[in-house]
Amino acid sequence: MTILLLLHLTILIFFPPLLLGFIGKTKAFFAGRIGPPLLQPYYDLYKLMRKASVYSVTTNWIFRAAPMVSLAAILSAGILMPIAAMKPPVQFWGDMILFVYLFALARFVIILAALDTGSSFEGMGASREATFGCLSEITMFLNLTILALLSRNLSLSEIFLGGLSSSWLLVGPVLILVVVSFFLILLVENSRIPVDDPETHLELTMIHEVMVLDHSGVDLAYILYGKAVKLFIFGTMLVSIIITFRTGDSLIDTAFFILEIIAFAVLIGIVESTMARLRLNKVSFLLFSAFIFSVFGFIVILVRGH
Amino acid sequence: MELFNGGQIALSNIKVLAVQEFRNRILESCHAAARLVNLFGNLEANGKIRILAIMGMDEDAELEILSTIISPESPQYESLTKDLPQAHLFEREIAEQWAIRPLGHPWLKPLRYHSNYRAASDIWKNIANKTIPGEYPFYAVDGEEVHEVGVGPVHAGIIEPGHFRFQCHGEAVMHLEIQLGYQHRGIEGLMAGRDLRRNMLLSESIAGDTSIGHSTAFCEVVESLTGCSISARAQAIRAVALELERLANHVGDLGALGMDAGFLPTSGYFGRMRGDYLNLLLALTGNRFGKGLCRPGGVLFDIDAKMADDFCFKLKKYREEFKDVSDLLFARPSVLARFEGVGVIALKDAKEIGLVGPVGRASQLECDVRINYASGMWQFQHVPISLGATGDVYARALVRNQEVLRSLEFLLRVLPSLPAGDIFAAPGPMKPDTLAVALVEGWRGEIMHVGISDAQGGFARYKIKDPSFHNWFGLALSMRGQEISDFPLCNKSFNLSYSGHDL
Repeated sequence: MTILLLLHLTILIFFPPLLLGFIGKTKAFFAGRIGPPLLQPYYDLYKLMRKASVYSVTTNWIFRAAPMVSLAAILSAGILMPIAAMKPPVQFWGDMILFVYLFALARFVIILAALDTGSSFEGMGASREATFGCLSEITMFLNLTILALLSRNLSLSEIFLGGLSSSWLLVGPVLILVVVSFFLILLVENSRIPVDDPETHLELTMIHEVMVLDHSGVDLAYILYGKAVKLFIFGTMLVSIIITFRTGDSLIDTAFFILEIIAFAVLIGIVESTMARLRLNKVSFLLFSAFIFSVFGFIVILVRGH
Repeated sequence: MELFNGGQIALSNIKVLAVQEFRNRILESCHAAARLVNLFGNLEANGKIRILAIMGMDEDAELEILSTIISPESPQYESLTKDLPQAHLFEREIAEQWAIRPLGHPWLKPLRYHSNYRAASDIWKNIANKTIPGEYPFYAVDGEEVHEVGVGPVHAGIIEPGHFRFQCHGEAVMHLEIQLGYQHRGIEGLMAGRDLRRNMLLSESIAGDTSIGHSTAFCEVVESLTGCSISARAQAIRAVALELERLANHVGDLGALGMDAGFLPTSGYFGRMRGDYLNLLLALTGNRFGKGLCRPGGVLFDIDAKMADDFCFKLKKYREEFKDVSDLLFARPSVLARFEGVGVIALKDAKEIGLVGPVGRASQLECDVRINYASGMWQFQHVPISLGATGDVYARALVRNQEVLRSLEFLLRVLPSLPAGDIFAAPGPMKPDTLAVALVEGWRGEIMHVGISDAQGGFARYKIKDPSFHNWFGLALSMRGQEISDFPLCNKSFNLSYSGHDL
């Protein structure tokens, strides 16, 4: 049991940057390049961890606290989330609500830090992040509600380790709606193309990146690492909804899970390589459609019973 | 007085009009078919300043040249800009270079932050000692919900410095003001003098990505002043190099447009293909940007039959590759959604502010020096004009795409049948006190060089006009009412030169 908990934590802590490596490799493949090595995100974090942070004189403690608070919030959300067939270290009835709001907290402190700099760029980024955040949060919640209704439980570990497989047989179409809706939310929340471009250097077009322009050194490492962990958690959720097959052997299940999550990273890379970014004023349409997908799923559940 | 592209005229033969008549004639012509190609000052021997206006009558392939004298005692005249917006930057330039105040100019600010050329007191005090952009007011919009965004002069990418000031309401841009001048090197001043060899090298560095365009223009000015006519073979080789430069830059721009729209595959492929064209220039001249090719009297490097065959073989291959990748870009709905309807400039506005080059053509403006003022090789081998219809980012991308294909076709036609002849013949001495003009369609548009020789066979004044000088205001105009997040894309679709503007 302890070993499995340790394995859960090890994967949660050390694996996420590798996802970014796989995304980078996939995108490089589509662009006909070799691309940076798979481990590049780790090298970047290592480099940043050794650097000192530079603080603007206009900022106060909020700016300094934000990277730590947001990383702590994201990692706390991570220990509520089951990975493969492994129970999470912490679980209780209703942890799903805490899970959603830990991400909201992470976003909130980063927005505050962005506003704290007083820069017009970061202000724009904060305003965009807040707008899209409040649109994606409600959809995220609705999706989790559907899953909770299906598994009759309000705990993430019960939802994902319990009986979604039978739900696929009973209300498969609803789960498909949830998967599509959740995938769109995932792109928005993790600032991927077509919503945001993590590679761009153009401060006027960025959403998430522009908010952290003033962070440097260790602070920036916390933020980038936090982003990777967030992507990993969202990916884990998506993979856990889609693939419910379990062999029963924890180690084999974990191995399968690793393959699944790598496939997820490749999928993100493919999406990013095959389409351009949306115009910023069209992003809300994407979020509305995600919302509508999950509303339909919700209605079906309510009408059909669960 | 009428002039042709590459023509020359004795200074004394240029009509001098009274200031008011000068103004009226310019307005009259420009409100009819002509457009203002150049407007600049020149210091006369008696200490007076002569303002020369060159207007282009595109349909007749003629340039009309007028002048007026401003006396240093009352250095002012009634501004043209309020009736002719295309004179906007020219008048600011004259005000800065000669400390002559255009009365009633709507937005009189310095361009390049240097003191004037005639040692009078500047219109702006201590201008040369202040850091750019100085304390001059920016166009501001008031209001509770209006915010201002300043970008630059240091940018996130590896590009030249320039300051952009946006007045925004939420995400919408109400106004953009562009302030340049950080790259000012005083090239026009350096070009005056007798050392033609140094001037030649300087002209290659006016804008690094337009080496061939500017050096060709310089050579044409000198050739016009010395009365030297270069061989058809040299003309053909210059044309080949100019088109290779256009190909490299247009292909690179298309890649960069894909990049800014977040569409990575084409940016990678186009980026590599840009290198292919630069490598052809390398094979021809020994320099990837074609430096050292054009010299007054001809060119220094020949294309032998083997090289011509090799170029043709490669260009055919590059054409197929280009078509594949450009299909990938232009057939992608998500890319088109970003390009279409962004940064529109209507034909009427394009005409009014005097856009040139691919940017003007994207707004359906029929401006192409290769066609309207054909000289050299283009008198014999024609390139069809590439026009866009919509004046948006899409049209600017499409015009580039079309021009790439047409340049390739031109090269494949010219290379196998290069005319015979020597590639170089040393020019004689320059005629004294004569003005010569040269127009070249660089990849950004109309380049104009004007050289005025002195009595000793050097240049008394050398005036350079990069197409960017016309087009920067177009970029500002295209952002009105757009989303601020579309600025990088819009900017890339113009891709103007900072150093070409700042000189």
